[in-house]
Amino acid sequence: MKLVRLALIILSIFLLWQCVVWVFKLPPYILPTPVKVLHTWYAQAGLIWDQTKPTIAETLLGLLFGSLWGIFGALVLISFKPARLWLLPILVISQAIPTFAIAPLLVVWFGYGETSKVITAMIMIFFPVTTAFYDGLKRTKTDWLDLGKTMGASRLKLLWQIRIPSALPGLASGLRVAAAIAPIGAIVGEWVGSSHGLGFLMLNANGRMQIDLMFAALFTITLITLILYYTVDFILHRLISWPAA
Amino acid sequence: MSSAAPSIILDNFSLNIADKDLFQNLSCTIKANQFTCLLGPSGVGKSTLLKAIAGILNPELFEISGTVKTSNDQPVTEQIAYMAQTDSLLPWLNCLDNTLLSARLGGKVSKEKKQQACDLLQKMGLGDDLKKRPQALSGGMRQRVALARTFMQDKPIVLMDEPFSALDAITRLKLQDIAAELLQDKTILLVTHDPLEALRLGNVVYVMAGQPAQLSPPIIPPGTAPRETTNQAILTLQGQLLTQLEHT
Repeated sequence: MKLVRLALIILSIFLLWQCVVWVFKLPPYILPTPVKVLHTWYAQAGLIWDQTKPTIAETLLGLLFGSLWGIFGALVLISFKPARLWLLPILVISQAIPTFAIAPLLVVWFGYGETSKVITAMIMIFFPVTTAFYDGLKRTKTDWLDLGKTMGASRLKLLWQIRIPSALPGLASGLRVAAAIAPIGAIVGEWVGSSHGLGFLMLNANGRMQIDLMFAALFTITLITLILYYTVDFILHRLISWPAA
Repeated sequence: MSSAAPSIILDNFSLNIADKDLFQNLSCTIKANQFTCLLGPSGVGKSTLLKAIAGILNPELFEISGTVKTSNDQPVTEQIAYMAQTDSLLPWLNCLDNTLLSARLGGKVSKEKKQQACDLLQKMGLGDDLKKRPQALSGGMRQRVALARTFMQDKPIVLMDEPFSALDAITRLKLQDIAAELLQDKTILLVTHDPLEALRLGNVVYVMAGQPAQLSPPIIPPGTAPRETTNQAILTLQGQLLTQLEHT
């Protein structure tokens, strides 16, 4: 049902798009028709796939390390009071700095290659993961913790056996958000300086007025994001089947 | 096995929250190997007293003075099992694992413990539900698992905070029967606002009232627990207690 609805939504967007091109008689170098884009997508599949591979790698690595960083951050925040007092404001300030603005810096610091893209994605991802997980850890039911305490459980046991499982549904929402924005992180990194990847392909195509190729790349990114999001969503639903506290 | 159950001794116990005295210089002994029921209206501080004994009150909010100890002079908090108003079952663990929670928190779960928990749940009519998560169970079944979990802690003292108040009348009676059978030879302190529950289960019943709260002289229901709801003496006492609670 989910898939049918998704297909219907995509189909209507394409129809609307096609109509806009027809009604306003737009030339293909301004806005190509979806049919033309699909055709380019098919014709240039080899080129696009070559550029998709590094983007997928950056996205997945960014998602992995960004999530680990976010999980670690939340655990530090819940375990140490000084960390809450001093680190939380720093984290919020770090989020006030636009990632787009520091992406060029990251290229200077971490090079033209994949590392700077992975780090851009990590910076965008860790914060939603940290806040979602930390919130879940904080919201563990007092009844559960009290029960654990009367059973003589140590702080570590309480964290590991009660707080963390109880916060997993919260962490799952954070990871879903992370999956949705991870490709954006990789693309932003590629835009500001790279020699490969879908972001690089888009900039190039745009510069050469190959708008159909540009859209084909855009379509590919959207597809990757959707597949990634629904895969993560599916896995999380399988693993974490209890409601949030 | 559990060591011989000690009594709980409160000596000059005072408890204060936000300049409100819930208890002042309260001294009493909760007798060993007995089922003691504290009966009182909501808000009188019954649950707070239990939590204070269990050592889970937030020290930043409450001011406590006086002593709470047991007759065997071992730390109170190491000898208690605590059962709250809610069943507090963990939704990510199945019935069996919830029953084994204290063993899980203590380290490894031995084969014998696991077998003991299985047998216990079987006996309580939950044999088919061992692998079910609590969300799949009814309120009465959940509270039965909570009771099994409390029993599996194998502690000489059991503190119960209105454990059956959220259940319907029939289920409540059934669970009281199970509790009376399961928790023999332990020192039990149960707080409740249900006079019938106190009278069915208690060897001794105290009515708690006032601010700061005081205990009434002990009421000793005749017969052995769980007492029948058709018992005339119990029903008469219930009527008297209801009247008494109304006027506190």
